[in-house]
Amino acid sequence: MKKLSARRRHPLAALVVLLFALAATGGLYAALAPAGEAQADASAQSLAIEEGKKLYDVGCSSCHGAGGEGGSDGPSLVGVGAAAVDFQVGTGRMPLQAPGPQAPEKPVAYTQAEIDQLAAYVASLGPGPAVPDASSYDPSQGDAARGGELFRTNCTQCHNFTGQGGALTHGKEAPALDNVDPRYIYEAMVTGPSNMPSFPDTTLPEDEKQDILAWLHAVNTSESPNPGGFSLGGFGPVSEGLFAWTFGIGLLIAVAVWIGVSTAKARKS
Amino acid sequence: MSSHTEHTEARDDAQGGHLTESREGGAVAVADDPFADPGLPPHEPRRQDVDERAAKRSERTVAFLFTLSMLATVGFIVSYVAIPIDEIVFIWPFGHVSGLNFALGLTLGVALFCIGAGAIHWARTLMSDVEVAEERHAIEATPEVKAHVLEEFRKGGEESQIGRRKLVRNTMFGALALVPLSGVVLLRDLGPLPGTKLRHTAWKEGSLIINEATMQPLRPEDITVGSLTQAMPEGLDPHSEDFNVEIAKAAVMLVRLEPEDIKDERSADWGYEGILCYSKICTHIGCPATLYEQQTHHALCPCHQSTFDLADGARVLFGPAGHPLPQLRIRANDEGFLEALGDFDEPTGPSFWERG
Repeated sequence: MKKLSARRRHPLAALVVLLFALAATGGLYAALAPAGEAQADASAQSLAIEEGKKLYDVGCSSCHGAGGEGGSDGPSLVGVGAAAVDFQVGTGRMPLQAPGPQAPEKPVAYTQAEIDQLAAYVASLGPGPAVPDASSYDPSQGDAARGGELFRTNCTQCHNFTGQGGALTHGKEAPALDNVDPRYIYEAMVTGPSNMPSFPDTTLPEDEKQDILAWLHAVNTSESPNPGGFSLGGFGPVSEGLFAWTFGIGLLIAVAVWIGVSTAKARKS
Repeated sequence: MSSHTEHTEARDDAQGGHLTESREGGAVAVADDPFADPGLPPHEPRRQDVDERAAKRSERTVAFLFTLSMLATVGFIVSYVAIPIDEIVFIWPFGHVSGLNFALGLTLGVALFCIGAGAIHWARTLMSDVEVAEERHAIEATPEVKAHVLEEFRKGGEESQIGRRKLVRNTMFGALALVPLSGVVLLRDLGPLPGTKLRHTAWKEGSLIINEATMQPLRPEDITVGSLTQAMPEGLDPHSEDFNVEIAKAAVMLVRLEPEDIKDERSADWGYEGILCYSKICTHIGCPATLYEQQTHHALCPCHQSTFDLADGARVLFGPAGHPLPQLRIRANDEGFLEALGDFDEPTGPSFWERG
């Protein structure tokens, strides 16, 4: 100790202490720093957000505002989450072509990679529902019978008993759900696009959403069996009655007329 | 051929004669009725009447139709036995249909249609088609028959002694008059009157609000702005006998609005932090009026488009409904669950005469 304290005023003492301190900091950092993979993820995520911001500035900011704060032409995107972007852009509803009662489905304008970047940027504006995992919207994992009950309680009033869609007020409509990717139906339930109410996991848990998707898959795809034949839009008595009255009774009248006309005579007059 | 020509000529003659006669003088024209019944046109034979080969052809057609019907009936029985009940086949343009349904419908349809078509073809081409006029007879009976019937009636009355034995007659009248009363008494089974049942629901003070999707009590934080939740009071068992009776009055929906969006102060007061709990039974004829547009805060009834503004105490904006949807007063209890403060303030569901 004596030797050490004797040299503490040596001109190189400060340098030695500095070297020790640096080695200790470096060692501690090496031992405690987050894993390298996570680091890469974080930078990929921030890269996606950056790229998404560029896409956003070009394609979305004119209506939704420079920072997603919304404006007179479009709602705020703070807190809508990645799922809303994936739904709106992934089904072609956004970017909007023209103002109207409701954004119609159109050909998709962005690639899935670009949509993911946009979603990452919008998700960074505020916490909101994330894009669901493929395992959470797999129709084959759900119970179609339970899903039918849930569908009739929560969805039928707008989307019809088998998801054929229906009219709303002032030119709005609940779209038909046949052949819609279950992922987008799931996202619509979570985010509540346009005038559709949302069904968050707190009131309609993930399992039950999957049951609903199973029900739609069972009744509403082009492969779903339809034992009775023509569904006539699935509207029930209205379209069925119209069909019976026009075609059925029309046919009967035609046959009755045929029975009543006089038979061909031997000689034309 | 010749008969037709002759007939036309004859008619031309008659017409020519009529015209000349009427020109000659009015007296003759009265005798010649200008609206005279022309009678039936002369009978014309069909090809089958004059051509035996055509008749044979008709016979074969009819027989073919009847045979087809027989084959279709056999086909019906075969498909009933052979096709499994759950087999789904693709048939254009019907889609993925039940093979059994399709085969049964098609074969039975063909079998019945061919019987009818065969019979009609038979009647039209082979059975006699000579027109026959049958004169109507008078509806009135002859005076002799009338007199006879009246005489018989009088004699019957005399022999039954109904005029003489007044006791028999009067008791018979009494019995006949009382019998219908038993039917009148049965009308009571249309009742009993509902009493105050329509004014009360299963909601009580402190009833937890059960989410219909999960059957768990709801917490305020479960319900986000823009969401829609279907709910019912605690204590209702979906498998119990009176579940449908109770849920038909007690079913509610919960929405959450931003507090500044709520226009009706009482409505905001009756909710909890912007969560409003309304009866979802339409006040028109009781469909579930849960077609909720989350941006406009309007709830519509899918049956007749009655529109309620949930931001304004469920005021009726449009449609046949006569009353706003009743609102349930709610609060959060000590454990953080939503609960009712009591029953609805007014009757839920369709309006009725004594509702007030």
